[in-house]
Amino acid sequence: MKKKAVALVLIGALAASLAACGSSSGSSSTSAGTSADSAAASSGDNTILFGVFEPKTGENGGGGSQEELGIEYANSVRPTVTVDGTEYTIQLDWQDNQSDKTVAVTAAQKLISDGVVGVIGGYGSSVCIAAGSYFQDAKIPAIGTSCTNTNVTLGNDYYFRTCYLDPFQGEVMANWAIDNGYKEVATIDNIGNEYTSGLVKTFTDSFTKLGGTVVDAETFQTNESDFKAILTNIKNSGVTAVFSPTDYLYAPLLLNQAADLGLDVQWIAGDTWYSNVLIKDAGDNANGVVADTFYSEGGNADFDKGFKEWLNADQSRLSTNLDSDAIVGNHAVAYDAYMVLCDAIESANSLDGTAIRDAIASMDASDGFACGPYKFDENGDAIKNTSYICDIENGAWTYKSTETVDE
Amino acid sequence: MKKKKVKTRNLVLTLIVLALVIAYLAFLQANSMQHSYAITIVERSCIYAVAAVSMNLIIGFTGQFSLGTAGFMCIGAYVTGILTIPVDMRDQIYYLYGMAPWLHDVHLPLGVALIIAFALCAGIAYLIGWPILRLKSDYLAIATLGFSEIVRAVFGWDGLGPITNASYGVSNIPAFTSIFECVAICAVCIVIMGLLIHSSYGRAFKAIRDDDVAAEAMGINLFRTKELSFVISSAFAGVAGGLLAVFMRSAVTSTFTVALTYNILLMVVLGGIGSVSGSIIGAFLVTGSQEWLRFLDKEYYWSDLFKNLAGTAFGGMKVPLLRNGFRMVIFSILLMVVVLFWNHGITGSKEVTWDRFAAFFAGRKRKKTAQEAKK
Amino acid sequence: MSASYFLQQLLNGLSLGGAYALIAIGYTMVYGILRMINFAHGDVFMMAGYFMIYSMAVFPWFISLPFVIVCTIVLGIAIERAAYRPLRTAPRMSVMISAIGVSYLLENLANYLFTAMPQSYPQIPALKHVYTFGDISVSRVTILAPVLTVILTVVLVMVVNHTKLGMAMRACSKDQETARIMGIKVDSIITITFAIGCGLAAVGSILYFTDRNTVQPYSGSLPGLKCFVAAVIGGIGNIPGAVIGGFIVGICQIAITAAGYSVFSDAFTFVLLLIILLIRPTGLFGEKATQKV
Repeated sequence: MKKKAVALVLIGALAASLAACGSSSGSSSTSAGTSADSAAASSGDNTILFGVFEPKTGENGGGGSQEELGIEYANSVRPTVTVDGTEYTIQLDWQDNQSDKTVAVTAAQKLISDGVVGVIGGYGSSVCIAAGSYFQDAKIPAIGTSCTNTNVTLGNDYYFRTCYLDPFQGEVMANWAIDNGYKEVATIDNIGNEYTSGLVKTFTDSFTKLGGTVVDAETFQTNESDFKAILTNIKNSGVTAVFSPTDYLYAPLLLNQAADLGLDVQWIAGDTWYSNVLIKDAGDNANGVVADTFYSEGGNADFDKGFKEWLNADQSRLSTNLDSDAIVGNHAVAYDAYMVLCDAIESANSLDGTAIRDAIASMDASDGFACGPYKFDENGDAIKNTSYICDIENGAWTYKSTETVDE
Repeated sequence: MKKKKVKTRNLVLTLIVLALVIAYLAFLQANSMQHSYAITIVERSCIYAVAAVSMNLIIGFTGQFSLGTAGFMCIGAYVTGILTIPVDMRDQIYYLYGMAPWLHDVHLPLGVALIIAFALCAGIAYLIGWPILRLKSDYLAIATLGFSEIVRAVFGWDGLGPITNASYGVSNIPAFTSIFECVAICAVCIVIMGLLIHSSYGRAFKAIRDDDVAAEAMGINLFRTKELSFVISSAFAGVAGGLLAVFMRSAVTSTFTVALTYNILLMVVLGGIGSVSGSIIGAFLVTGSQEWLRFLDKEYYWSDLFKNLAGTAFGGMKVPLLRNGFRMVIFSILLMVVVLFWNHGITGSKEVTWDRFAAFFAGRKRKKTAQEAKK
Repeated sequence: MSASYFLQQLLNGLSLGGAYALIAIGYTMVYGILRMINFAHGDVFMMAGYFMIYSMAVFPWFISLPFVIVCTIVLGIAIERAAYRPLRTAPRMSVMISAIGVSYLLENLANYLFTAMPQSYPQIPALKHVYTFGDISVSRVTILAPVLTVILTVVLVMVVNHTKLGMAMRACSKDQETARIMGIKVDSIITITFAIGCGLAAVGSILYFTDRNTVQPYSGSLPGLKCFVAAVIGGIGNIPGAVIGGFIVGICQIAITAAGYSVFSDAFTFVLLLIILLIRPTGLFGEKATQKV
């Protein structure tokens, strides 16, 4: 009896205390951030910090490292910005988000407490969505590189991006499939990955609208390595093309296991598959794969030349780029993100986060970018209507066509 | 007389420490921008401390090797997250499935959401405890690990998408209003568990741990007592999960893997199995040092460490071993050393008290005087 | 559903089950003797995958195969010596925590030494040859996996039932103290048990990873748990039982994924475990009442 009474009192006490704590929390949800100026000033008189929020390790480590090259090159091209007549040296604050949403939060907090002026990155939408609200609360502008999911910038005033979006990309790939005579396709979706799921959804929508049918929609879980069951299903469905915009990690697995099963289809993927590693990892099985990209080599001669010289000047850069001086879309969008941030700081003529944000929002610039011009819509997305479609022919990515979609 | 003196001393010391902690937290809160990193570490440590104490309750005090912590944290995180995200954000978050209409406008303050998480985890633990707790040691461990994976699959299932948003998880959960909110909730949870352990229930738990046959002979209902311990431990793990979701501002199934359970087990073992204060110390130590030891993950040249080496051939060489991942290797080696050579952990199975502190220092003094006397 | 589709999926399941079965044998033998779940066994299997990658970079495949098996056995014995032997008299919970600790250490070590990026597994041309029968096409390894598993199991059962070594192993698993009194060197029997378990795990890893093409630091942890479940389903301590358990788990996993419920493919294994533990705690083929579960 006594024990029960004690237990009841305990539970009551817990309920009361939690409710008391909770009732005060409902009112205001965001902590007020002071201006980034004071924080920036503390890190040295004439240096400012740019945060680099990229995955160096984890499932997207490969793509993240390529974007870091783009940012590093941009930093070597433009090492300073001038605000109010003072020249500030830009220092890069590298934080590895490990392609992991939990680590991403810690990395974002580290950037904020380091007092960065702005953030560049990153590769992979999931981590950007996880970290986005922290940047917003701290009033630090962030410029996404290749995070293509709609939700990165939607409802977040401080997140921008230099790449195009999934609805656009999905539509481009759907157009391509229809134009090339694929009326019936299968899709492969990675449950839990915003990038893949978003792209599969928009592709399916556009593809159905254009008169095609998605005959077989297969799914798999993150970190899966055995695709034989779903590939057998696809084989059984008899389609001639498969849309599989997965993270890069799964690309060689899918291609190799499909070859084992004798599944001979046209593979259509998103920008993540556009990587030279694929040719190395999947060998002959990679031939014929079609993917789109933000930028195709040859689009901007100055950028190509400068970047290649910079890459070839240092063996470690080359090895990060998998011993090749080929330029991919990730290099270009990362380079542009850095330039956009510099331009915005100079045109705002201030190091205050809100002022920089406003400058980005009203930006309309065309010079000094790899794949510009840049102008941002009300969500903070770069207005872009061009995508480059490439395929693998004889062991090399080859430019195929430029797709444009009018909005 | 002397006893009273000791009591007053203990009370004064406790109050001083409490005041210092509050002052520190107030300092962090006042400068939240510069110290946001420190705040995250403190909050994360507190939340893990709740999880560690709850795990210790079942493993350390009741002797039942249950590894379902991550599963219950997952339930708690999703429940708390779903109930607290602002209504106007919901359509955007659930853009793939569309949120279930009956749930769409249900928005509760954090405290209430945590209580619901607590109750739900308690209920589920009651149901699964009924069959599972009849298993012993290894079988119980693997069954609870399995339960944890099943929970992850259920929450990740797209069939439940309109409720849980499947494995995309819920995001945009409102953050803690201040560091006090987080620390206070954690403190309340730990104090309640501490009181329970020091009650007659707690003594029954320990009796089962030490000798279940003898405990049964003493009139303790084995199964009911185990079930009680399991239910309470799981419910508080759920609250810890809810707090973790608020802390991370999102709840995703991929956070609550077996690795999370192992991580909390590490805190419990390091701190001392069967000691509440040990688990708290373990949680702070593991979380804190995982951050402080980050330098082990970065590559350095000798010239970065010793400026006068710059330009020399040696200075241009990399410091060996330091590379991404080294931190966790050091950590796991540390864990193995503790398990093999120091299996009582930091505190052993006793609590940290002022008396123990005093005895610790007095003991040293006594040893010293003894040594001096020898000379 | 056409017959060829069914057959193809069945082959997928059998080849996965074969690899699982080989790992499950390691669990069941160690549990039989030491009464502990060797949580690190799955990670030993993962390390065997990395050994293969690095040895294939130096040696041709016919040297690599035995080399990898030997390396894995050495690793297994080293783990037993360093982490389990000192705790022989400690409470079971300490041994279990130690096993979890080893698993944690191996994963982090792999993460550090080989990076978290998945590495592509070397393709042995002899194993990758693709056969085509009508609509069905299978690689040689897919057919080899179940066949090899059955052969190894038969050999192992013969060893356990008909040799002196096997008799000593059975004696140890029945009653270690008595076995010691009868003059059996219990420690060396335990070492041999670990060696056999790890050797089979190495073979399993070659079959498993050749089919899946990549290895990463965490690719051992979940298959490891599943194989333990397979061992429990078959009745712990029973070698043919573990093999059948392995095939059941593998085929169920493929069936569930093929049915479109990939999200439950891992969880289902554990549901199976709970059902078995509740209905028949000694597993399908376990001896009754050898121990209280």
